[in-house]
Amino acid sequence: MSVLVSSKINGDDIEFVCEPDETLLDALRDRVGLTGVKEGCGTGDCGACSITLDGALVCSCLVLGAEAEGRKIETVEGMADGDKLHPLQQKFLEHAALQCGICTPGFLVASKTLLEKNPDPTEEEVRYALAGNLCRCTGYDKIVRAVLDAAKQMRKTAKKGKTNG
Amino acid sequence: MGKDTTFKARNFNSVGTRPLRPDGIDKVTGRARYGADFSMPGQLQGCILRSPHAHASIKSIDTSKAEKLKGVKAVVTRKDFITKDADPALLTVLDNCMAGKTAFYDGHAVAAVAAIDAKTAKKALQLIKVEYKVLKHVTDVDEAIKPKAPLIDKKCFTSGVDPKPSKASNIAARSEFGHGDVDKGFEKADVIIERNYKTGQSHQGYIEPHACVASYSPDGTADMWVCTQGHFDFRAQCAGILGMDASKLRVTSSEIGGGFGGKTHLWIEPVTLALSRKANRPVKLVMTRDEVFRASGPTSATSIDVKMGVTKDGTITAAEAELRYTSGPYAGSWARLGAMTAFACYDLDHVKTVGLEVLVNRPKTTAYRAPSAPMAAFAVESMVDELAEHIGMSAVDLRIKNAAKEGTRASYGPVYGPIGIGPTLEAAKNHPHMKVKLGKNQSRGMACGFWFNFGGQSCTDLNIGPDGSATITVGTIDVGGARASLALVVAEELGIPYERVKAVIADTGSLGHNDMTDGSRGTFASSLSAIDSCRMAIAELRNRAAQIWEIDADDVIWENGEAKAISKGAAGNSNREPLSLANLAQSAHKTGGPISGHSQIVADGAGVSFATHICDVEVDKETGQTSIVRYTVIQDAGKAVHPTYVEGQFQGGAAQGIGWALNEEYIYGDDGRLQNPGFLDYRIPVCSDLPMIDTQILEIPNPNHPYGVRGVGETSIVPPLAAIGNAISNAIGVRMTQVPMSPPRILAALNQE
Repeated sequence: MSVLVSSKINGDDIEFVCEPDETLLDALRDRVGLTGVKEGCGTGDCGACSITLDGALVCSCLVLGAEAEGRKIETVEGMADGDKLHPLQQKFLEHAALQCGICTPGFLVASKTLLEKNPDPTEEEVRYALAGNLCRCTGYDKIVRAVLDAAKQMRKTAKKGKTNG
Repeated sequence: MGKDTTFKARNFNSVGTRPLRPDGIDKVTGRARYGADFSMPGQLQGCILRSPHAHASIKSIDTSKAEKLKGVKAVVTRKDFITKDADPALLTVLDNCMAGKTAFYDGHAVAAVAAIDAKTAKKALQLIKVEYKVLKHVTDVDEAIKPKAPLIDKKCFTSGVDPKPSKASNIAARSEFGHGDVDKGFEKADVIIERNYKTGQSHQGYIEPHACVASYSPDGTADMWVCTQGHFDFRAQCAGILGMDASKLRVTSSEIGGGFGGKTHLWIEPVTLALSRKANRPVKLVMTRDEVFRASGPTSATSIDVKMGVTKDGTITAAEAELRYTSGPYAGSWARLGAMTAFACYDLDHVKTVGLEVLVNRPKTTAYRAPSAPMAAFAVESMVDELAEHIGMSAVDLRIKNAAKEGTRASYGPVYGPIGIGPTLEAAKNHPHMKVKLGKNQSRGMACGFWFNFGGQSCTDLNIGPDGSATITVGTIDVGGARASLALVVAEELGIPYERVKAVIADTGSLGHNDMTDGSRGTFASSLSAIDSCRMAIAELRNRAAQIWEIDADDVIWENGEAKAISKGAAGNSNREPLSLANLAQSAHKTGGPISGHSQIVADGAGVSFATHICDVEVDKETGQTSIVRYTVIQDAGKAVHPTYVEGQFQGGAAQGIGWALNEEYIYGDDGRLQNPGFLDYRIPVCSDLPMIDTQILEIPNPNHPYGVRGVGETSIVPPLAAIGNAISNAIGVRMTQVPMSPPRILAALNQE
C-alpha cells in the first residue's frame, strides 16, 4: 500500500505519496516533478541522481522514497536563489563544464556539498570528491576548473562578508 | 540561391569568441528536458522482455497470461510489425528492435508490454512464456571466421567477393582499398614488421539511457518525443516499420544526454510506437542501464593484422592490413571504415587494406565517435612506433617524414587538399609537453589519428523578428554546444550581437529533412546552410532598404548589421543614414511583410581532420595499474567557431579513448552472456583517474566552407589507444598488442618477458 511522506524539499514543505518499494529518485521525478534529478544507472554508480538528504550527499536511486519522511532534501532545482545562480552554476557555464548536461545536476550537488565541507580544496581533493559522478563528455578538465574557480570566488565573497559584517 | 562554399580569409567579429551557451542556464538549473523528462496525459509505461540466450531460435511466445494481468493495456511481439513488402534494410533495423524467429544475442528484445505503471509492466514480462531452442553461439571475432564456427545467418554469402562464394560464412562483406603494389614496396624495405592487434568491444557510455514517449492517435497520426541524434531519420525509419506515411509522424528531439553515435540507431522507438498504437494511449519507455549495455550501442571488437616496411632512413615503403571487425548479428560497414582510415595519415606509394565484416552473437555494432578508426589507428600507430625504434629514429620524426600532405593520394582513394597532419606533428614536436622530464616508472607515447568528417543534408530557416532579433531554426540536434556555434555564425553573417540570435531545433514537422548529427557534421553542414539562409535574408533586407530609399538594390550593401547606400548608380546615395536590421524589421509590414531566409543543401566538401596526441603514463609494475600523468591533444579544427567547445570535444574524445585503452571492454562468459552490463564493472574513467587534458587548436581552413569550418567532434578519440599503448610499451619494455591494457594484461605481458 502507498505511503504518505512529508519532507522539506528545497526549502518547501512537500507531501507526496509513494509505494513502499519506490526509490526516492522515482518519487522526486514522478511524484514531485523534480526531473532535474537524473537517472543514469539506478545502481548508485553514476551519481546523476545526487541529492543531499539532511546535508549528506546520496544517490537518490539508493534511497527509498519513504525514508525521506521528516527529512530535508536539496536538489539542483534548489541551488539558485531566484534568478541569481549559485556561483557553481555560474562557473560551470563560464568554463563550459557541461556538454550534454545530463550529469550536470549531480555534479553541481556533489560540488556544493564538497565546498561546504572544504571551501579551499586542492585539484586532487576535487577529483576524489567528484569520483562518484560520471561524465562522458568533458573528460572532467573543465568541471574541475569550474569547481576550483567557484571555490575561489566563494571564499572571496565569504571574506568580504566577514569584513563588512 | 546557390550555396557559397568558397573559403575567403577574413576577420571575424563573433565567430571565434567564447560566449556562454544559450541552453546553459536550463542545464545548470535542472530545467532542461531530456528523453525521460517528458510525460503525456494518460501515459502508460512500457517494458521490454529480452532474450537471456546468446543465440536461440524462438519456438513460440505465449503472451496470454500477461495480457490478462490487470493494468496491462498492450503486449507486442514481432507479429505486430510489418513483415513483408518492406525494405530489407528496414527489416534488419526492425529485427534488432524486436527479434523475429531468432534471438541473436543476450539482451535481444522478444516482446514488450505497456501497462498502467512500471511495476505492472514488469510483472507482466514475467508472465510471458517464450519457448527457446538454444543454438550454438560465437562471440569472438577470430573464432567466428573459422570454418566450423556456428553460422549466425545461413544465407550470409560474403559480399564484395568475386565470384560470390558458394558457402555461407560469418563474413558478411569484404572491402579493399589501396594503390600501388605492396609486394614491390616491401622489396625496398630494410625492416619489415608483421603483427596482430586486438581491441575489445567498448560502449559509447552516454549517461542518459535511451528514452522515448510515443502517442499514436486513432486517426493514424502520431507524435514522438525522443532522445536521438537524428529525429528525421528516426521518423523515416519508425514510419517505415509501422507502415505509416513519414509526414504523419512528428518527432521532437529532446535534449540529449550524450550519444557519441549510439543514438543514431533505433532501439526502443518503433516498439514504443507499436505499443501506443495497440493500447491506444501514449506510452513511455526508458531503458535501464543494464539494457543499454546488453542491447544498444557497442563498437566492434577487432582483430587486425598489419605488415609495414621501412628503409633505414625512415621511408615507409609499403603498408598492408587485414582488419576483422565484429558487426553483431547483422552486416555493417565497420571494417570498411577501419580499412579506409587505417593508413590515412601517411603518404604511401604502396598500400593495401582489406576489411572483413564478421557476424557474431553480440549486440548490433553501432557508430561510436569516429567509428572504426580508433582500432585501426591502434594497430597502425603501434607499429609505426616499433618501426621507428628498429631504425633508431624518433617516433615523431618518422611520422613527420611520412605524413600525408596536400596532393597526397589517400590510402582510401581521394587526393587531399590542405590538411593538418604535418602541422599537428610539427606542433607536437615543438610542444612543451615533449620536453617535460619524466619521473620514475614514467614513459611517453604519441600517436596520430584521422577522421573524414561528414557533410550531408541540412535545411535551415532564418527569421528576423519584428525587433530586429533573429531566430535560426535548424534540424540537426545539439549534442554539446551546436546552438552556441550556429548562433555565432548567424551573428557573424548578419552583423548583429550573438545575444540577439536564438538557435532553435525544429521538430520534423517544421523543416525539411536533415541528416543526423553524426560524422562531425552538425556545425559544418548546418552552419553552411545557416549562412545561406542569412545571405538570402540579407538580399531581402537590401531590397527593402532600396525600396525605402527608392534606389536600386545594387546600390545597397549590407555591412555591420546595416543597409548602406553606395554611390555606384546614383550620386549622393552615400549621404543616406544607414538602416539597421531593427529599422528594417520594424517597417517590414510596409515593405512586403516578414523578412526571412531559407536554405536546403547537401553540404559537400567536409574538410578531413587530423590529430596528434602525446601522453605520459606511469605504470605500477607490481599491480599492472597505469595512471595517465600528462595528456596533450593537438588537432586541426579548421576555423574554431566556439573554441571553448572545440577544446571540450578534444578533451572528451581523449577521455573516452583513455577509458577504452585502459579498462573498457565487453566481457562475455562461455555461455555468451554479457558479464559486465553496468558502470561498476564496465568502468569508464572517473574524475580521479584523469589529469587535466591540455589542448592545442590548429586552424587550417577548410577551403570548402566560407569560414573554413571543418568538424571537430570525433578525431580526438582516434589516437589515444595507440598513444597510451606506445607509452606503456615504452614504460615496461614489452610491446602491448591488445586493448584494453588492463592491469591483468600488463602483468601478463611483463610475466612473458
